[in-house]
Amino acid sequence: MTTRRAAYEARQRRRANLLAGGSTAVVLVLLIVLVPLAPGWEGVQASFFNAEIFARTFPDLLSAFLINIAIFAWSVPLIAALGLAIALARGARAPVLFPLRIFGAIYVDLFRGIPVVLLVYLVGFGIPGLGLPRPWNSPYIWGTVALVLTYSAYVAEVLRSGIESIHESQRNAAVCLGLSERDTMRYVVLPQAIRRVVPANMNMLVALQKDVALLSFIGPVEILRQAGIFKSLLANFTPYVAAAVIFLCVTVPATRYADYLMNRDRNART
Amino acid sequence: MPEPRLALSGVKKSFGDVEVLHGIDLVVNPGEMVCLIGASGSGKSTLLRCMNGLEPVDDGEVRLDGVDIAEPGFDLAPIRQKIGIVFQSFNLFPHMTAYDNVALAPRRVLAEDARTRIEALFEHFGLSAHMTKYPDQLSGGQQQRVAVIRALAMRPQTMLFDEITSALDPELVGEVLDVLRSLRDDGMTMVLATHEMGFARELADRICFMDKGVIAEEGPPDVIFSNPQKERTKQFLASVLR
Repeated sequence: MTTRRAAYEARQRRRANLLAGGSTAVVLVLLIVLVPLAPGWEGVQASFFNAEIFARTFPDLLSAFLINIAIFAWSVPLIAALGLAIALARGARAPVLFPLRIFGAIYVDLFRGIPVVLLVYLVGFGIPGLGLPRPWNSPYIWGTVALVLTYSAYVAEVLRSGIESIHESQRNAAVCLGLSERDTMRYVVLPQAIRRVVPANMNMLVALQKDVALLSFIGPVEILRQAGIFKSLLANFTPYVAAAVIFLCVTVPATRYADYLMNRDRNART
Repeated sequence: MPEPRLALSGVKKSFGDVEVLHGIDLVVNPGEMVCLIGASGSGKSTLLRCMNGLEPVDDGEVRLDGVDIAEPGFDLAPIRQKIGIVFQSFNLFPHMTAYDNVALAPRRVLAEDARTRIEALFEHFGLSAHMTKYPDQLSGGQQQRVAVIRALAMRPQTMLFDEITSALDPELVGEVLDVLRSLRDDGMTMVLATHEMGFARELADRICFMDKGVIAEEGPPDVIFSNPQKERTKQFLASVLR
C-alpha cells in the first residue's frame, strides 16, 4: 500500500522527469536544426568532422598517445618525491634548516608563478642549448623536468595544507609518548595528511595528463604533435578532434573518480 | 620521607595576557592518587599539562623525581617515558589499529618489540578481542581504555588523566573508571582532573579544589566533601552534588 506522501512524491518525480526530458529535446532539436544553417557549416564539417580521416588517423594517434602515457608515468613518482621534500622543507622549524625553508618558499613561488608552457620552452630549449652530449640533450628529459618542476610546486602546497590540517592534539599525543619530532611526522602526521589530500592530488594528475601535450612544442612526437603532422599532411583538422576524443576517454573517468573520492572524503568527515 | 614523585612550587602560566595559573604549590608522593576538582576554566587541565611539560611553565619549578623539568631549554624527550598522560578526547591515531597505536612508541622510543607485554595489557583490560580494530570501530569507552594502555606501554611511573571520562556516554564511564581502580590497586602514582566526584571521594588520597588558577583548598576526600572550610569550595560542591 502506498502512503499519501509516497504517492505525492511519485507524482512530483514524474512531473520533474517529463519537464527535464522535454527541455532537453527542445535544445537538441534547436542545435541540430540551427548549427547546419550557419554559413560556414559545410566547410567546418569537411575539415573538422571528416569520418574517413578520423578512422584513418585514429590508430596512429593512439600509438602516439603511448608516449604521453610514458612521460606521465615517469613524471608522477618524481613529482611525488620532490613535492613531499619541498612540503617538508617548508615546514622545517629548526633554525639551522632556515635556508631549506626559504628555498622551499622561493621554489613554490617561482614554479607556481610561471606558466607551464613557458617553463617547457625555457627548460626544454635552454638547457640542451648548453651543448650537453647525448642523451643529455633530449627534449624528453628536459620536457619532463619542466613538468616536474611545476607540478611538484603545486603538489607541495597541497601536501602542506594536508599536514597543517592534522589537529594539534595528534601531535601532542605523539610527543607525550616520547616520540621525536621526526617520528611524529613520519608515523603520525604524514600518513593521515597524505590520505586527506588524495582527492586533490587526483585532480593534479588529470591536469598533468593534459599538460604532457605541451611537450609537443619542443620536439617529442606525442599525440598533439602527431595530430599536427597529420593536419599538415592531409590539410584537415579532424586529427585534432580525434586527439581530443582520446584525451577525453582518459580524463573524464579520471575526473569522475577524483570527484567520487572527494565526495566520499567529505561524507566521511561529517 | 621518600622524595616526592612530583613537586610543584610557584608555578605560573599565562596564555597571552591572561594568567591562568597564579602560583601553584603541590606535592605528589609515590603511590599517591591526587584528584583536581573545580569548575571548567579553573586551570585543572593547564596544571596537568604543565606537569609533563606539554605546556611550558612561565615561572616556578616542576620537579619530577627531583629534576626540575620546567627549566627553560630542558630536554623533555627522555622524561616523557616516566610520565604518561591520557586526554579527554582519546587522541588515538585513527590510521592505526589499536595494537599499532600502543606498539608505536615502545618500538620507536625504547627500540623494543613489546608484543607479549602489550598483549598482556590488552588482556588485563579486557580488550584482547579488539587489538586489530581501528579506533573508529571501537566505542568511546574502548578507545579511552586503548589510550590508557598506550600510555602504560611506556612503563611510566606517574600517570596524568585529563578529564578522561568527560567525553563518554554515561553508560561507558564505569568501564574506564574500573581501569583507574585497577591502576590504583597496582600502586600507580596518579593525578586526575575529574568531574567524577563520587569516584574521587571513594579512591583519592587527596583532593585539590582549584578555583581561578589557584588551589583554593586541599585535603583528604572526607574533609573536602563533608566539611569544606572555604566558602568557594562549599559553593562549588553544592552546585555539583545536588
